[in-house]
Amino acid sequence: MKIIVCVKQVPDTKGGVKFNPDGTLNRSGMLAIMNPDDKAGLEAALRLKDQYKAEVTVITMGLPKADEVLREALAMGADHGILVTDRVLGGADTWATSSTLAGAIKNLEYDLIITGRQAIDGDTAQVGPQISEHLNIPVISYAQNLRIEDKSVIVKRQFDDRYHVVKVQMPCLITALSELNQPRYMTPGGIFDAYDVELTVWKRENLKEVDDSNLGLKGSPTQIAKASDKVRKGAGEVVKLDVSDSVAYLMDKLTEKHIISL
Amino acid sequence: MDFNLSKKHLLAQSLYRSFTENEVKPLAIEVDETEEFPRETVNKMAKCGLMGIPVPKEYGGQGCDVLSYIMCVEELAKECGTTSVILSAHTSLCIDPILTYGTKEQKLKYIPELASGRKLGAFALTEAGAGTDAQGQQTKAVLQGTQWILNGTKCFITNGKEADIYIVIAVTGIVEKRGTKKKEISAFIVEKGTPGFSFGTKERKMGINGSSTYELIFNDCCIPNENMLGAKGKGFGIAMHTLDGGRIGIAAQALGLAEGAFDHTVKYVKERMQFGRSIGQFQNTQFQLADMATKIEAAKLLVYKAAKAKENKDSYSVEAAMAKLYAAETAMEVTRKAVQLHGGYGYIKEYEVERMMRDAKITEIYEGTSEVQRMVIAGNVLK
Amino acid sequence: MNKMDLQEYRGVSIYAQQVDGQLSRISLELLGKARELADELETDVTAVLIGSNVKNLVQPLAQYGADKVIIIDNPILKDYRTEPYAHALASMIKTYHPEIMLVGATAIGRDLGPCVSARVATGLTADCTKLEIGDFPINPVAGKEQKHHQLLMTRPAFGGNTIATIACPNHRPQMATVRPGVMQAMKPIREAKAVVVEYDPVFVCNHKYVEILDIVKSVAETVDIMDAKILISGGRGVGGSDNFKILEELAAAIQGEVSCSRAVVDAGWKPKELQVGQTGKTVRPNVYFAIGISGAIQHVAGMEDSDIIIAINKDENAPIFDVADYGIVGDYKKIVPELTKQILNLKMAK
Repeated sequence: MKIIVCVKQVPDTKGGVKFNPDGTLNRSGMLAIMNPDDKAGLEAALRLKDQYKAEVTVITMGLPKADEVLREALAMGADHGILVTDRVLGGADTWATSSTLAGAIKNLEYDLIITGRQAIDGDTAQVGPQISEHLNIPVISYAQNLRIEDKSVIVKRQFDDRYHVVKVQMPCLITALSELNQPRYMTPGGIFDAYDVELTVWKRENLKEVDDSNLGLKGSPTQIAKASDKVRKGAGEVVKLDVSDSVAYLMDKLTEKHIISL
Repeated sequence: MDFNLSKKHLLAQSLYRSFTENEVKPLAIEVDETEEFPRETVNKMAKCGLMGIPVPKEYGGQGCDVLSYIMCVEELAKECGTTSVILSAHTSLCIDPILTYGTKEQKLKYIPELASGRKLGAFALTEAGAGTDAQGQQTKAVLQGTQWILNGTKCFITNGKEADIYIVIAVTGIVEKRGTKKKEISAFIVEKGTPGFSFGTKERKMGINGSSTYELIFNDCCIPNENMLGAKGKGFGIAMHTLDGGRIGIAAQALGLAEGAFDHTVKYVKERMQFGRSIGQFQNTQFQLADMATKIEAAKLLVYKAAKAKENKDSYSVEAAMAKLYAAETAMEVTRKAVQLHGGYGYIKEYEVERMMRDAKITEIYEGTSEVQRMVIAGNVLK
Repeated sequence: MNKMDLQEYRGVSIYAQQVDGQLSRISLELLGKARELADELETDVTAVLIGSNVKNLVQPLAQYGADKVIIIDNPILKDYRTEPYAHALASMIKTYHPEIMLVGATAIGRDLGPCVSARVATGLTADCTKLEIGDFPINPVAGKEQKHHQLLMTRPAFGGNTIATIACPNHRPQMATVRPGVMQAMKPIREAKAVVVEYDPVFVCNHKYVEILDIVKSVAETVDIMDAKILISGGRGVGGSDNFKILEELAAAIQGEVSCSRAVVDAGWKPKELQVGQTGKTVRPNVYFAIGISGAIQHVAGMEDSDIIIAINKDENAPIFDVADYGIVGDYKKIVPELTKQILNLKMAK
């Protein structure tokens, strides 16, 4: 079985966020980590590797520095790492990102593609399903659990108030929730080995069946009009009322903020 | 000369950091209070390869260098002195001498078990009457046929009751050197469960409370001859060389304790408000922090340099002694200042630095006191 | 897309999410917003209703603002599955050309939205908290055409650390998923009627149709306070372990969770897992009720990023009021039970 896991190097949002003048993110100013949902997806793949000797290829799109997440994935036990990096791919929105990754994946054989549900920087949850569309394969988002049965994957798919157990034919794409599992740690030996192997690096010309008009900033249908830090709120108001007025005041505020609705 | 860590080491550091943050930090207060050995944590460390970092892969280890092992001790110590010394004693004091002095058979028999963490190691030199002065050894081993009969009591043994494999130093005879009679000292590998090997008092300590510090009692304990480590009579050299390596581990522990206390303090002084501003805005706080940071950095350079020396040189006694001396004294000073800068909160267990100060003290004592380190260093200077 | 093509797209559509034949709340919220946008664009609102036996939902959609309802009703659509639903919505877009397509940012919509946007080759902005009509670029830029009547989609990113406003100037429809609970449904107009169009996109089973083996409706589990959207947090001022019942009742009424300050854990009233603050957990819920919590810096460090902080405390000098958005000086034992009662009454009335 061949599994492809898409991972993203994301800024650790705990440390605050910086922007370039054009509104895109200044990623170099922040500590970079492997996106948590992606890590859960990788762990799911590695468990299938442990169980069925699956071959796990990890792919990421990003700056050359994104090789770090591939090394991390290798140190956890992945077999191969592919870095898709090219200036013309920069500034991509989810459409252009999914076009790029699909263009890279078209070079590979696979039974299963796993992506994280969403990245903690963009929080869009769009790239996984969009890749499946470009590849014309079925997608199951929000996987809480998964197992293999012959040529199918049985997935516990989370919804807001329920879950479905669904059976999907491979090849397919699954998006993983961090609840899926507790990712393993790297091992020190794995880390040392990970830096001794050559990663595969792909540029624009290595992408298959994708038009320039779908790549990078220029190929992104959505454009940033404005970006800013969250506005820190000033001091609030304090009231001293009798009980019924206090309650009325609170009901008022809760309604106004849509916490409760009339 | 390159003072930057390689990418390998940086990634290893991030592994140790997340392991410490997720698995070690949440238990640190509890381990200190209950004085219970953190067995679960050790099992987790085993699972991700931390119990055999500088061990060649052919013996089931991780095949990494000394520095990457030392950095692990350091990171663990940032949150838990107990956990860090468990790793240090296991790796530096048990695995290392077997790897260095063991026969092929001994290595194949013991190292894979130890490096995988399936078994835990310990080292027993100290006795009631013999600490720094190894000639004071009273534990005796007498050869009877193919077995050594071991009698005596070791004390203050780290990983004491929890270990499975022990390096035990004992007197195997008397030799004459230049007219004076001296004890002949040898080293043995002793397995837990050997008849005649039992545990005495559990020591109650000021700090590193979860590390299992026990008396080991040998009462006609029979050790097969093939378990002698190194040649007969070479035990003193083995012990000293092992301690040289161990000191780098303790130096890393001290460094980690200092860094941990410092990090907690920096966070605290930014948040703690007095007289309408954070106490970090007061010059006294700033000067204290500057001194702490500088000493930590100096200690780190000494510790990493010693680790590199162990990697590349046969003898690294002086580097190890300097690293341990300076890091331990820095740990003590930094943790003491950390408590002071925390004010009343610093004296409260929940604020961590109180424990770190207690934990730090032992680094000036075990595996050679600071005075012993000075003897080693001075001996080299004047030779 | 060229200009001519762009102009072919008219109207504001919403995906009227239903589950088990019940309209999801988000559908009404989307209608409320769509109505505003459509009025500004002088166009109409279309609700796209996809499911099996869902025709009875047309009327509420009309009452909450839909001018037109496109129904795609087929047994194959009984339970949500990506493929038939994505096919249905994408086909509708290709046939009816809405200029704006809104989908709820629910566990369904965040699957459906991206698949559909990829299928119709347009942009999609996720999890929007604000939608408005405006110019792009917002301010004129030399050498760049400023387009008018664009949908400006605002959303938080980086775990709420930043806010970005996004446009989709050259592709249609302009698609967004919208965070539930943010937009407001309009007051229903009882006699409202909508034009009903039944549309059949023709379903042909293929490899992308998955098989649903089981459906399990979830029972509430205990949640981590870090995941809670609403926290009712008590401090020493709550006065005792038993008094936490008052907080628990409010939490139940408002679908929140109870948390506490360190003093409460130390007193043994609540377990450590519920502690907020420097030595406890850092939380950032939508609403944080600080009840009987003085607001020591160590506590505030763990909750100051909450969207809305409501403090109730007897001591008007309590530092918690410095960080609270809304502060009430008073006795929580009287205020909180009454608040709970009124919230429950409101729910009963619905």
